[in-house]
Amino acid sequence: MATTRALTRLATRRTAVPPAIFTRGFASVDPIAREPISKAAEAAVPDPARKPVPESQTSTIKEPEAEKGAKIKTFHIYRWNPDEPSSKPRMQSYTLDLNKTGPMMLDALIRIKNEVDPTLTFRRSCREGICGSCAMNIDGVNTLACLCRIPTDTAKESRIYPLPHMYIVKDLVPDMTLFYKQYRSIKPYLQRDTPPPDGREYRQSKAERKKLDGLYECILCACCSTSCPSYWWNQEEYLGPAILLQSYRWIADSRDEKKAERQDALNNSMSLYRCHTILNCSRTCPKGLNPALAIAEIKKSMAFT
Amino acid sequence: MTRLSGLQREVLSLYRQCMRAVREKPADTRDNFRVFARTEFRRNVRLDKKDFGTIEYLLRKGHRQLEIYRDPGIRNISR
Repeated sequence: MATTRALTRLATRRTAVPPAIFTRGFASVDPIAREPISKAAEAAVPDPARKPVPESQTSTIKEPEAEKGAKIKTFHIYRWNPDEPSSKPRMQSYTLDLNKTGPMMLDALIRIKNEVDPTLTFRRSCREGICGSCAMNIDGVNTLACLCRIPTDTAKESRIYPLPHMYIVKDLVPDMTLFYKQYRSIKPYLQRDTPPPDGREYRQSKAERKKLDGLYECILCACCSTSCPSYWWNQEEYLGPAILLQSYRWIADSRDEKKAERQDALNNSMSLYRCHTILNCSRTCPKGLNPALAIAEIKKSMAFT
Repeated sequence: MTRLSGLQREVLSLYRQCMRAVREKPADTRDNFRVFARTEFRRNVRLDKKDFGTIEYLLRKGHRQLEIYRDPGIRNISR
């Protein structure tokens, strides 16, 4: 079902308004679509020594004062402290009363940090899905904690991990250095040699501007790149869906004059062609963008030149 | 001496890189940098040599620190 949905999205993106059944709601509330990614992510842990200590072997930190009629939900959160480098990562359990917690996962994390355990570390900023700081793996899906509703079913326990296959700085904070370095490598800025004809602004027609819709919205949260198995195995050389989407954003820009150079930089076996259209990127994107389509467009433009 | 493992050689190579980077620093503060680098290594000298994950993490951290402290703008270091 999930693949058909992704394919349909590929096919229908150019239409003005996608039919309502194919639009993606807020993040990860669909348990059917979720299953395969989480399985793959769990199976992909290469070294048993790196596996976190399961929550059954760690303590549970309880809601401060539970009242009657409280909707108690359990959260298992990945913890690792770099100050004790030889300690293993572990899953810490927290219970929260959902009546006193906001609706989103980020609210739960902030509440844990404020009221229960101030040592919990995570990135957050805008709390409305525009900054991309709070990207993490929630219940097996890479998404923004601020856009992911807490499933109200209290019988199910939620598990929160950092983005998969990234080096961890602390707890839920991944090291994004390489990701940003790759972003810099595609020169994400307007490159022109000629001044504008009337000496004022670089103008675009409405049709040319329209080509950038679905590209410029990307907030570089790295959810898509870290969900891509190809990026897991070839992080050093393969650019990953997020960066390729941005690359296409500049290739498609009518004002940019270095299109050929940009394409030339991607024309090797690793940078672009490690994309095997797995389509995890399009499925996981918390902003509902379609990196796989952008990659396909780059491939197409390079095949027919 | 027995043959060193790849990881051990990587640690030694990082140590050498640090010692070489110290030489680029101004002569009067060079000792501070050397002492700093050596204590950073000493701190984890008792680590189990089979604890690969930790050693790899510390190596990454060390490379990152080296890159930062190597900057010619950093002229002295104290603790």
